[in-house]
Amino acid sequence: MTSVKTKTLQVGDGASAVVVPDATPPVYKRRRKPLTFDKVSFFVVFLGLPLAIYLLFVIWPFIQAFGYSLTDWSGFSPKQNFIGLENYQKLFTDDIFMKAMGNNILLVIFLPIITIILSLVLATLVTVGGGSRGQIKGLRNSSFYRVVSFFPYTIPAIAIGIMWGQIYDPSGGLLNGILTSLGLEQFKAFAWLGDKSTAMIATMFVIVWGFIGFYMVLFVAGIKGIPAELFEAARIDGAGRFRTAVSITIPLIRDNIQTAYIYMGILALDAFVYMAALNSGGGPDNSTLVMSQQLFFTAFTKGQFGLASAMGVVLAVATLIFSGLVFLVNRLTGGDKDVSL
Amino acid sequence: MTTKTASQEMTSLHFNPRKPVATTGDKVVGAVSHTALSIWSLIVILPLLWTFMSSFKTSSEIFASPFALPSQWRFDNYARAWTEAGIGSYFLNSVIVVGSALVIVMVLGSMCAYVLARYVFFGSKAIYYLMLAGLTFPIFLAMVPLFFVMRNLGLLNTLPGLILVYVGFALPFTVFFLFSFFKSLSHEITEAASLDGAGEWRTFFQIMLPMAKPGLASVAIFNFLGLWNQFLIPVAINAAGPRVLSQGLAAFAGQMGYAVDFGALFAAVTVTVVPVLIVYIIFQRQLQGSVSQGTSK
Repeated sequence: MTSVKTKTLQVGDGASAVVVPDATPPVYKRRRKPLTFDKVSFFVVFLGLPLAIYLLFVIWPFIQAFGYSLTDWSGFSPKQNFIGLENYQKLFTDDIFMKAMGNNILLVIFLPIITIILSLVLATLVTVGGGSRGQIKGLRNSSFYRVVSFFPYTIPAIAIGIMWGQIYDPSGGLLNGILTSLGLEQFKAFAWLGDKSTAMIATMFVIVWGFIGFYMVLFVAGIKGIPAELFEAARIDGAGRFRTAVSITIPLIRDNIQTAYIYMGILALDAFVYMAALNSGGGPDNSTLVMSQQLFFTAFTKGQFGLASAMGVVLAVATLIFSGLVFLVNRLTGGDKDVSL
Repeated sequence: MTTKTASQEMTSLHFNPRKPVATTGDKVVGAVSHTALSIWSLIVILPLLWTFMSSFKTSSEIFASPFALPSQWRFDNYARAWTEAGIGSYFLNSVIVVGSALVIVMVLGSMCAYVLARYVFFGSKAIYYLMLAGLTFPIFLAMVPLFFVMRNLGLLNTLPGLILVYVGFALPFTVFFLFSFFKSLSHEITEAASLDGAGEWRTFFQIMLPMAKPGLASVAIFNFLGLWNQFLIPVAINAAGPRVLSQGLAAFAGQMGYAVDFGALFAAVTVTVVPVLIVYIIFQRQLQGSVSQGTSK
């Protein structure tokens, strides 16, 4: 994974990039120093303090969740009976939870694909969309596009949700306003988030809107890491723009794409903020309900903490399976092979 | 707009013999690319502009026409959002919580990363992988038990509790990012410092930390965005406590069904969006750099 990166660096930047700090082995390493107050206090504070906070507020709750998921705990009662896998059984026969899981699967498949394709196209235009003669260069004013594209990523997700909720508003919203002014009268009072057939697509659009810019910047950085000679060589060999993108750019930023796919997939498995802001009740006919919403509702409204923890575990397992699958697919399609640079 | 200036520059290229000549194909591709990117920019900017404009309208104006400019620029929407809807105090709470959490997580995170990156001891690898686990598991899994941890500690619905949890969840990312950074710093310098009589503490604060400045800045920006956007943690463990901005905004939007004050809602959204946007525009170079640094490892 990293081998490609370092090679790229050396080819691209020549001598200036070759700085290898740990080339000389430190001789002093083996010398044993006596434990001083300085050293002990250093370790206690530098390692102990962060670790204590981390263990208490992050790791311990994670471990507890597995335990709770095997009980019928309702939270506020002291009674906590061990019921084994009953909660899981209940979940997998619960139509609403299965529907939520289905929606999550839908999101996990489509959100990353759409986001990555669109941001990859934009990143390619920005970096290598310039003229076909002379040096490889990007479009003019491309920094403007990059800066603007990143805007949504800086906006709190909840604000994005509320804003788009208003844009989709059937009577006073921006979207229907634009559509009717274009002569599409049928959209005069169309409820994008209130219609079963459009609620999910409209929601997905909002999430994609929020993330394209981020991945575009990520891919731009990846593409800029590819030595320009490679593009020039491809051009001399007669490769067109599309061919260059498919045969040079995508294989060489494959690691970035994999990272993006995993990040976006994990986001799709959660998706809580967007769903809560756009359709807090799960949408028409539960068409936008996701597992995290169901978990939150089960825990903090219904007080069924055991069941909610089981949902959390299912969510965690789904995340792990997903990440594993992405790695596996990448490996099977030749991602582990060193790209010939 | 941008297309026009670009094509003008392109024609002038013909008179500069040192620059390569743009072919017809280039012009077409350039025009198409600019059109695509301009449309995308519009899709980004239009909703923001519309929100901004609507924040000056009355509710009835908003429903009458989504495009019309407000008949009168109503700044009282902002006043109502700021005081009556409580956005002002939520904003302040957010600044306190995110500010403190950011400082603490940067200090603790860089310390932890430094120790893990520069010292080899029993269990150092295990701690590193434990941190990795915190990044992979969905935060949702921890929410229910965390609720009770906080309640037992008496930190439920308090700002210090929120700060500590923010620190905990931002720690793994911070440590990861800075780990590779400290690893790449030269060992000779530490050796020289210790020869000169500097202790472990001094070496870290006076020598290593200043050297890690670029890395620290990137992580800080990232953590700031992440924590400022945080929604789930406050909603789960601070439901009855002093609200932070994202939480307060959601609550305000949630009650909109009953008391319709859309002008104030748009004003509240604008208040949330604009400061971060300004910070971003100022730091955008650094931030874009940190995206590539932080994620392409």
